[in-house]
Amino acid sequence: MDSEDEVNSVVSSVDVGMDDDDSSVDFGADSDVEIDDHYQDDAAFETQEKDLMPKKKAFEVDYRVYSPEDIQKQQDKQVAEVSTLLEQPHEITAILLRFGRWNKERLIEKYMDNQEEVLDKAGLGQDVYKSPPRIDPPRIFTCDICCEDGPHESFALKCGHRFCVTCYRQYLFQKIRGEGEAARIKCPGDGCNRVIDTKSLDLLVTSDLTDRYHELLMRTYVDDKENLKWCPAPNCVYAVECGVKKRDLNKVVPTVQCDCHHSFCFGCTLADHQPCPCSLVRRWLKKCEDDSETANWISANTKECPRCHSTIEKNGGCNHMTCRKCRHEFCWMCMGVWSEHGTSWYNCNRYEEKSGLDARDAQARSRQSLERYLHYYNRYANHEQSARLDKDIYHKTEKKMTLLQGASGMSWIEVQYLEEASRSLQQCRQTLKWTYAFAYYLARNNMTEIFEDNQKDLEMAVENLSEMFEKPTDQLAALKVEMMDKTTYCNRRRVILLDDTAKRLKDEQWEFNVELS
Amino acid sequence: MAAPLPKRIIKETERLQNEPVPGISALPHDDNARYFDVMVEGPGGSCYEGGVFNLELFLPDDYPMTAPKIRFLTRIYHPNIDRLGRICLDVLKNNWSPALQIRTILLSIQALLGAPNPEDPLNEAVAKQWKENQAEAIKTAREWTALYATAKK
Ligand SMILES: [Zn+2]
Ligand SMILES: [Zn+2]
Ligand SMILES: [Zn+2]
Ligand SMILES: [Zn+2]
Ligand SMILES: [Zn+2]
Ligand SMILES: [Zn+2]
Repeated sequence: MDSEDEVNSVVSSVDVGMDDDDSSVDFGADSDVEIDDHYQDDAAFETQEKDLMPKKKAFEVDYRVYSPEDIQKQQDKQVAEVSTLLEQPHEITAILLRFGRWNKERLIEKYMDNQEEVLDKAGLGQDVYKSPPRIDPPRIFTCDICCEDGPHESFALKCGHRFCVTCYRQYLFQKIRGEGEAARIKCPGDGCNRVIDTKSLDLLVTSDLTDRYHELLMRTYVDDKENLKWCPAPNCVYAVECGVKKRDLNKVVPTVQCDCHHSFCFGCTLADHQPCPCSLVRRWLKKCEDDSETANWISANTKECPRCHSTIEKNGGCNHMTCRKCRHEFCWMCMGVWSEHGTSWYNCNRYEEKSGLDARDAQARSRQSLERYLHYYNRYANHEQSARLDKDIYHKTEKKMTLLQGASGMSWIEVQYLEEASRSLQQCRQTLKWTYAFAYYLARNNMTEIFEDNQKDLEMAVENLSEMFEKPTDQLAALKVEMMDKTTYCNRRRVILLDDTAKRLKDEQWEFNVELS
Repeated sequence: MAAPLPKRIIKETERLQNEPVPGISALPHDDNARYFDVMVEGPGGSCYEGGVFNLELFLPDDYPMTAPKIRFLTRIYHPNIDRLGRICLDVLKNNWSPALQIRTILLSIQALLGAPNPEDPLNEAVAKQWKENQAEAIKTAREWTALYATAKK
């Protein structure tokens, strides 16, 4: 993690510098150069400065990760607190809190105002704990659910809606297993609003459902709290707390990382989509879905060499292609000559608007808007695909490295730079991917160019690193230092891009060609 | 393949036959006692008056723990019924209770014809029209009723 700390430190110092001339709008491209020099000269000093004043970057938000035990404790603590205030047992308090969606203050206020009404609405009636719930012994009556006359065991809440125990249990099974309900299951009686309390549930719920039921009870706690969300990673049991509110989502992209390592957006719970705000992500995904047919051909893994037309297959994440037949070097994205890509002529990420003259009629305009979309979609999809291919290559490399450890005399620790490089590639490509969705919705002005410059720098850094991964394994050991440097550089470019974009988002400086909804 | 029919379904079917609800009929198929042909008359005084609407109703395996599946077969212009005939009705979704029955559901559907609710729309286009120009919407509903829901003689 050393390299990342270094990166952080650089940007904190940048923050300080930038704050000084906050008013100047066009510091982006130029100051980037300064940052670079600054960084190279004074790396050690930066680290010190960072230790003195740890500063959060503009694209970072405060958050905390909780385990299921933490969540349970939080709940228990709140129940205990409110229980004393309301002078109600924990059992009842828990139901009241769930009924009030864990809004303590409002619940207490309402309860003090009209105790009976609150108890009644929460399905607790007045005398729920005078006689504890019980299953009644077999007797003959027609159960309204199964229409059988019995004799059968039965159960009824205080409302008196009586059903046979078999039906009651089936009903609870359907609610808990089928519909994922737990905190607010109502009496099965037609139109009855009485909520089944926890004691009755404990009595009726069969043992195979108990775990699921308690899990669901806990889930509703998190679901009810605006500042808590479950980590969306499959099988992950952690929850994340973050104070960013829904109304802030056009100004910040609240990205959090769960203890399971999954990075996701707290706003919409999709995977990390920085720097693109949630509403643009939604819009973009919808558009991609609607236009999927038009765009499908792009994701194809093969293209023709622009010089000799022989078929070229892409099997790594790197966009630098060399035709096997004629040795022509070109860019997979724009099909342009590769030699232009490593230089200031690099223009692969930028969409050149055709002059208005070409777009007089509707047909031309619609073709132009499709071309524009494809430009961005192409690059978006390509980074997604490349991230996958980079990962494949890494896995292959990892295997070889294990074999090579003996031969090269390198330890497991010493080959970790490959892991770091791979992780950095994935992360940077994830960011790059979303920069294209973001750019698609940007109105063209001076700031767009700053954004595109940052995008370009990150993209070049990523392609450089990605290219190294494709070197034969026996050369990788010798490239260690270079690879580590390139990894650090990639991370740094990513931080710079995200930081700049986030600042301008926060200050509402970006101009979009659509409304942020 | 078919499990024996639960007593509940047998009883409900009998009752539908023996004590029919006015303006509503539901007949199970001979070869599938869980599949019903349903007919609902448009309520008097509504823009569906005079119309006879056909629906299909199916009782899933876990009925009555889950609601019956039901949809309109006859085309109808209504803010809570979509082009596929699916119905937006609380008792078919969140407010379903196993103590409810086929007959109560059909009554609710008939009531829905008498009281369209554009605030909770399933068919956005119709709901929009209903809110912006109710007279026009009602006219269209009448026309559709005459066009699609009137027995051809
Ligand atoms: Zn029963
Ligand atoms: Zn009840
Ligand atoms: Zn997680
Ligand atoms: Zn989001
Ligand atoms: Zn070639
Ligand atoms: Zn290119």
